[in-house]
Amino acid sequence: MLMPTPDADLIARKDEFVADLRKIVPGEGVIDDDASLSAYECDGLMAYRQRPLAVVLPETIDQVSQVLGYCHKAGLKVVPRGSGTSLSGGALPLADGIVLAMGKFNKILEVDYANRCVVVQPCVTNTAVTESVAPEGFYYAPDPSSQIICSIGGNVAENAGGVHCLKYGMTTNNILGLQMVLIDGSVVRIGGKHLDSQSLDLLGLICGSEGLLGVITEITVRILRTPETQRALLLGFSEVESAGACVAKVIAEGVVPAAMEIMDRTAIHAAEAFVKVGYPLDVEALLLIEFDGTPEEVDHFINMVNEIANRSGAVSSQQSNSEEERKQFWAGRKAAFPAIGKISPDYYCMDGTIPRNKLPQALRRISELSDEFGLEVANVFHAGDGNLHPMILYNADIEGELEKTEQLGAAILTLCVELGGVLTGEHGVGVEKRDLMQVQFTEADLDQQQRVKCVFDDQGLLNPGKVFPRLRRCAEGGKMHVHHGELRFPDIERY
Amino acid sequence: MGEVFRPANADEVCSAVKDALKKKQTLELMGQGTRRFLGRPVKADAVLDLSAISGVQMYEPEELVMVVAPGTPVKDIARILADHNQQLAFEPPDYGPLWGLPAGEGTVGGMVMAGRNGPRRLMAGGVRDFVLGVKGVNGFGESFASGGRVVKNVTGFDLPKILTGSFGTLCAVTELTLKLLPKSPDAATLAIFGLDDKQAIQAMTKVLTETAVPVSSAAHLPASIARLSSVKSISNNNTSATLIRVEGFGPAVVARIERLRSALGGAPELLVLDKDDTDLLWQEVTNASCFAETDLPLWRLSVPPSEAALVMSRLHEVLPGQYFFDWAGGAIWLEAPVSEDAGASVIRGTLDKILAGDGHATLIRGSENLRATIAPFQPLSPVLAAIEDRLRKQFDPKGIFNPGRMYGVRNAN
Repeated sequence: MLMPTPDADLIARKDEFVADLRKIVPGEGVIDDDASLSAYECDGLMAYRQRPLAVVLPETIDQVSQVLGYCHKAGLKVVPRGSGTSLSGGALPLADGIVLAMGKFNKILEVDYANRCVVVQPCVTNTAVTESVAPEGFYYAPDPSSQIICSIGGNVAENAGGVHCLKYGMTTNNILGLQMVLIDGSVVRIGGKHLDSQSLDLLGLICGSEGLLGVITEITVRILRTPETQRALLLGFSEVESAGACVAKVIAEGVVPAAMEIMDRTAIHAAEAFVKVGYPLDVEALLLIEFDGTPEEVDHFINMVNEIANRSGAVSSQQSNSEEERKQFWAGRKAAFPAIGKISPDYYCMDGTIPRNKLPQALRRISELSDEFGLEVANVFHAGDGNLHPMILYNADIEGELEKTEQLGAAILTLCVELGGVLTGEHGVGVEKRDLMQVQFTEADLDQQQRVKCVFDDQGLLNPGKVFPRLRRCAEGGKMHVHHGELRFPDIERY
Repeated sequence: MGEVFRPANADEVCSAVKDALKKKQTLELMGQGTRRFLGRPVKADAVLDLSAISGVQMYEPEELVMVVAPGTPVKDIARILADHNQQLAFEPPDYGPLWGLPAGEGTVGGMVMAGRNGPRRLMAGGVRDFVLGVKGVNGFGESFASGGRVVKNVTGFDLPKILTGSFGTLCAVTELTLKLLPKSPDAATLAIFGLDDKQAIQAMTKVLTETAVPVSSAAHLPASIARLSSVKSISNNNTSATLIRVEGFGPAVVARIERLRSALGGAPELLVLDKDDTDLLWQEVTNASCFAETDLPLWRLSVPPSEAALVMSRLHEVLPGQYFFDWAGGAIWLEAPVSEDAGASVIRGTLDKILAGDGHATLIRGSENLRATIAPFQPLSPVLAAIEDRLRKQFDPKGIFNPGRMYGVRNAN
């Protein structure tokens, strides 16, 4: 993975920058020694590492504003970081840039039940929001699998999802407002506790912008009443395709469950060996369907879907009759990633999305690709919304296997796009999928997105090297047309 | 109105835009023109009429997704979806009759560009939550696409969000991909009579916070508005009506109503409306039909729901007009007397004072002169205004699309 060539001049001026930044964030708020910096070398995508020039840990919004204003003037690059759990390298540092670590912004500022929202600082964890309101019977819906440690600020930057997106949406559908500091140090408030936008929907634009547009300092999230009942169905199929077909039938009959998850044989066996939850081992696929709501409707849907499953050729069916049982059904699915980690020295988790009805086709092709590359692939996916998480099993100690894994990953993501889907459903583009962006988008599509980047950061100082396959210059209102591959700025760096 | 271009496809839109750039012409973007009365009047050199780019290009009911051309009439889409028991869950409002136009007209492009949401916004989200993908032509005359056809997608910036509700000031839309949801087979409304504004907001808040009943919409009609309903059990009561809707399959709806009833144990007078009355009543709320017979200036305020009664009590002291609440208080419809600014400064001043910027007011109806002289959309803070201005320049550098429709005409440079 090539990153923009570090600027040797900036690196040489490290001591000067550190001294200036210490004037803004005194004491231990600026880290510059190698030992401490190593803790920030990577995020959840551990295959890529880079030691930053320095790490700054501001404590106040004013400090964030001053740090960004300083970097803007000094031409110093900034990589914002929350809990550092990005699976796409969104918080991968730059050798000639600082990491702006928001860890000290970890307070819940206000719980407002009457308006069904919570105001938090960006490094409050996803789970902490739910914990703060659970005693009153509320919860925060988006539930990425790293929810115990991932931060709400990071969730907004990545537009994080989870297993309940089918019914409750992603982060963007569950936030009402935010406060953000722009690269020039100005502080802007977008939205609030009211529901709709006063003008252009900047909230929607910022959400999922992967730290390229600003640094989030406060978020107002929507909370929902915890459903009265949650029950799950665990259905076994002798073919993955029939599990996929069952999902399509459920939706076609007008049922929108809270979650629909599929695991294939490799994933089932790994999970069962890891957590021993009693998954059937003689099936090719498990479909886990969860319903929530009032007891009457949950019972109604369980019966309805059981009947659909029968018609779709389910070979086994269990329904949860207690909260304990429901959690047990989930325990295997939730442990799928670490379980794969137990059976393989390394694994690489992909995140493409496809139209639901292309599921059988996608699985067939992934299996063929797996054979071609000689690397085993385990599949778990959010079947309800077509979000695939193929996990490529490999051994990084074997020379060339990481590269082969990356190639297989690229082939799988390209397949997702060919089937009408997208490169990433919830993990973000980051550095990981950056160079595949042209598979999904034309030059004109990317141009328009990068013009939007120019609106917020015309020097390209915020998280450069992420999302877009090449840097580009900004010219206010100017045309930055790439004509027949001939570049307007032939000297601009590509990597 | 000058020349009219009526392209038949995206390529012709590109040509029309490039042509306009060459001739230094500005363009008014339009579908059927049924939402032209929302926002500032546009004075453009020519019209770019997108209504010929029409038709459903893909509809996969089991995928809950549809790809449509912008000129497709909303009523055609509603009919096709109804045949499959599906719907646009945000309940797209039809404000035509508020502006003296026939009901049921308008295109899907206009629907998305205007970004207005009906009562179910409270539970299901707004139009912004249902636009998965957009293709458009920017002010350079270049086609671009953003988003996709799948619900879970974080690939690149979410431009569909910024385009939804942009009133054609960023690009000419040539294709839209919409997320759909199943239609609930049954619905009912619990009506509580005789509450004043404050009690009504409290009752709606109680239902939403103290019960786990999924409520799809909640509104409060003061007596003078309730009286105008065509649902007799609401209009004949001669008092206010606080309305709470639940949707789902039959037995679940019955059970939910029972839970609401017991939660509101102390409420004086309750009535349950069946599905037909529920559908009729909420259509009136969606379209603010009670204001269709008058032509006074009409505002819609967006506020934190819990502050609605306070905001309205302050406003009512100085603006004695008809009003009602939707979104459990989060949206306030308010008719203002004819005056120089139709109450703009007092409304916005009150919102600023009580809510410190956490709320806004949009003029939904006003004379051409009024819309040209006051800001129909809430004025932005300087930093937000600067961002929006730069955004428009990065989509449309010469300012040729709908100049001034949302805010002042900017200087093309």
